[in-house]
Amino acid sequence: MARAVTNQRKLVVTVIAWSIGIAIFFPILWTFLTSFKTEAEAIASPPSFLFFEWTTENYTEVQSRSNYPLHFMNSVIISLGSTVLGLLIAIPAAWSMAFVPGKRTKDVLMWMLSTKMLPPVGVLIPIYLIFRDTGLLDTRTALVIVLTLINLPIIVWMLYTYFKEIPGEILEAARMDGATLWSEVIYVLTPMAVPGIASTLLLNVILAWNEAFWTLNLTAAKAAPLTAFIASYSSPEGLFYAKLSAASTMAIAPIVILGWFSQKQLVRGLTFGAVK
Amino acid sequence: MKLFARALVGVSALALLASPALAETITIATVNNGDMIRMQKLSGEFTAQNPDIELEWVTLEENILRQRVTTDVATKGGQYDVMTIGTYEVPIWGSKGWLVSLNDLPASYDIDDILPAIRGGLTVDGELMAAPFYGESSMVMYRKDLMAKAGLEMPDAPTWDFIAEAARAMTDKDNEIYGACLRGKAGWGENMAFLTAMSNSFGAKWFDMDWNPQFTSDAWKETLTFYVNLLNDAGPPGASNNGFNENLSLFQTGKCGMWIDATVAASFVTNPNDSQVADQVGFALAPDTGLGKRGNWLWAWSLAIPAGTQKEEAAKKFVAWATSKEYLELVASNEGWANVPPGTRTSLYENPEYAKVPFAQMTLDSINSADPKNPTIDPVPYVGVQFVAIPEFQGIATSTGQQFSAALAGSTSIEDALQNAQNLTEREMKRAGYIK
Amino acid sequence: MATAHSKTAARFMISPAVVLLLAWMIVPLAMTIYFSFLRYSLMSPGEETFAGWDNYRYFLTDPAFFSAFTNTIVLVVGVLLITVVLGIALANLLDQPMWGQGIVRILVIAPFFVMPTVSALVWKNMFMDPVNGLFAHAAKALGLQPFEFLTHAPLASIIMIVSWQWLPFATLILLTAMQSLDQEQLEAAEMDGASWWRRFFYIVLPHLSRAITVVVLIQTIFLLSVFAEILVTTNGGPGTASTNITYLVYAQSLLQFDVGGGSAGGIVAVILANIVAIFLMRMIGKNLEA
Repeated sequence: MARAVTNQRKLVVTVIAWSIGIAIFFPILWTFLTSFKTEAEAIASPPSFLFFEWTTENYTEVQSRSNYPLHFMNSVIISLGSTVLGLLIAIPAAWSMAFVPGKRTKDVLMWMLSTKMLPPVGVLIPIYLIFRDTGLLDTRTALVIVLTLINLPIIVWMLYTYFKEIPGEILEAARMDGATLWSEVIYVLTPMAVPGIASTLLLNVILAWNEAFWTLNLTAAKAAPLTAFIASYSSPEGLFYAKLSAASTMAIAPIVILGWFSQKQLVRGLTFGAVK
Repeated sequence: MKLFARALVGVSALALLASPALAETITIATVNNGDMIRMQKLSGEFTAQNPDIELEWVTLEENILRQRVTTDVATKGGQYDVMTIGTYEVPIWGSKGWLVSLNDLPASYDIDDILPAIRGGLTVDGELMAAPFYGESSMVMYRKDLMAKAGLEMPDAPTWDFIAEAARAMTDKDNEIYGACLRGKAGWGENMAFLTAMSNSFGAKWFDMDWNPQFTSDAWKETLTFYVNLLNDAGPPGASNNGFNENLSLFQTGKCGMWIDATVAASFVTNPNDSQVADQVGFALAPDTGLGKRGNWLWAWSLAIPAGTQKEEAAKKFVAWATSKEYLELVASNEGWANVPPGTRTSLYENPEYAKVPFAQMTLDSINSADPKNPTIDPVPYVGVQFVAIPEFQGIATSTGQQFSAALAGSTSIEDALQNAQNLTEREMKRAGYIK
Repeated sequence: MATAHSKTAARFMISPAVVLLLAWMIVPLAMTIYFSFLRYSLMSPGEETFAGWDNYRYFLTDPAFFSAFTNTIVLVVGVLLITVVLGIALANLLDQPMWGQGIVRILVIAPFFVMPTVSALVWKNMFMDPVNGLFAHAAKALGLQPFEFLTHAPLASIIMIVSWQWLPFATLILLTAMQSLDQEQLEAAEMDGASWWRRFFYIVLPHLSRAITVVVLIQTIFLLSVFAEILVTTNGGPGTASTNITYLVYAQSLLQFDVGGGSAGGIVAVILANIVAIFLMRMIGKNLEA
């Protein structure tokens, strides 16, 4: 009897959860489906869900207008580059905050987070001038630098929360064995923090991939990532729902797929120290 | 590992082979409008003729493009070698010395062939500062079938009263037919372009001879009231979010009875590939109120070269190619005469082939009837039909555009919108030192 | 056990991050402060003159400033409320045994990966458009007049779009926290006859408080600077109905090309953000203490 109730309950929960899941996912699904319609079908009323003539003409059209591989590679390089660079700077910082906390550690951490509250538009012109004078406009280097800096506080904070979970005794033991500071960080701490580092990496790749202000304003052609690619489809002349959908799908597919494949990893680490 | 290294060597060797040492790359910033996208697609012809020049395209939505190129040219960022700008920017940028003069284009380019009205707007102190890619005015595009159904006949030169009557007669909201599709989206190049041109025909103006804003005048009140009422009665839902592109989609899918907008749209709405109503479109001059001015504007999307580019020669070659007579023929042979970028060259309108295009004459008449030097009924201190050619204009008109869009949405009353527009324009003009 | 040696090393190791962030904060900030006291229009470079407090007075007396200020708060608070409340509900739901939990979780977190520009474009055109949007089709099928979302409820529409993007984040963090909840404690409470609501309020919610704090903190940081969604959907209108401070600063510096005014606005925004930050840190710092 009890078992029947549980199964019944499980069924109800399943139905509700699936409905909500599909509802939340629907806009993405709809964009994907629309990208295979003709422009006329894309705005047809009533809209057809699956039973339309599937076509890939929108993808061909988008490909003929934009250098998608270039934008894609730029996105990959910029988001990975800035994340890796950020991790290299943040790991030592987070280590020292977690294991050698001073009186000011909390304040430093909070100050770092507060730098993220600077509205980017307010400092665009100064940054633009600096990059102009250093010849870095429209280079991937410039974007790697900027994105590293804007995401650094989040990286430091996430790592700090993971490192804090690691018991200090283990480090002490390593030290007793004569490990130097660097080998302590590299051989003892880092392996233990791999899940945390991995999910920090994932989250920051996502954030960097989707950053649309700096990436659009500091690039022209050579370093422009997918955020600039999508800006050329945002409101062209005439019917554009299907082409917009195709371009959108191309812009988000890589990161959505990455997110799905790594979601277990991401979820495991995505706690910001919220779980005790 | 070894394999990888070998592959790397191979790839770099290939890369070396692929880029001839002398090739020069020019970066072209342009708007994602249909004619420019076509130019991008046809640009293979140019690189075939000029193997030493490579092209890089930055195609952006209009507002983002404008912000990007203005920031770049003003800070001398040097990211672009060719920029697509309009009749508003050219005189301002040209007089600041930000643009390269195009007077020395080769004789075969035939500068004198450019329509005088368009050329005048792109010339600063006798120097042509940008080459027009396409020129446009505005006119009425209407559905002949719906007009006949309403029992009316469109004159070649309608009045606003006729437009209002026809729009209300054509509207059939149950079947999603809206008599009048007009720009409502806030922006100086969107609703303010339309409203400023419209207000000229109602006898209104932005400033008097002493640069005092005139939004509290009766003529502006009349303009805005007429516009809001017309769109409320006969406009599509969400009109305050509709710009040129949104209205184009509506018209192409048969949801508009009339659309008063850029003449360049004529080729899109009559193109059977994109438009479901291609064979039913008629054209008329922009409306008036009998006071002596019509509500049509003048604009030319043009290619300009920023001063300080290292690649001036290559950039000039490209600009000359993209705005040449040969380019028009290239488009005509590929896509037909109706799709040629209109409104730039006298020879195009003398071409008997082009004269067969249904909107050719009406476009030319509209362009010729706009007078940027004397845009209004009363004398004004400024140049520009649908804009005021001062640097402060885009900021002011963006904010006033917000107010008028709010009046259309019904979240502000017409009186308040005009009063707010007046206040904020006064504020900006004081700040800029035009008035005390 | 921190020795003098390790303390020095610690300072050394933290310094790259601190120095870089300091530079990143101070250099542009100093330049922005400098610009904010200049009459500096991008359209006439080289003609800058000292302007005193003019730019600040001008920005703060802008009629749009007050509504931008309230819109910013409504936007942040609105999205926080929606994502936290729905996030708790979803986390509770996803924590129950069901078939295909993994797939449901994948569906739910997907919006988090979507670029803000793309999600705004998709919502605006394919869903909220009053003529061709899916909502309009649905309304017409039901015989209703399509609702003009971006005209009549611009801010609410933007809140909805932004919430859609951030709900997955809140759900994930809250779900992780739910999974560490002591089930025995819950069962014991159930045995004692505590109602579902009582169990939720006295056991589940306190357990989640730390996770909620984190969600609020992280999201506030991002929500204060929401920009792309507004630019794409409403351009801050109609009127100033959906203009937030970030958008106002944008309009000032990049639509009017008034670098002086925009810089003053930027500094005002920084000050306001820091007030919020201090407030938040006070509130949350305690909760985050280990």
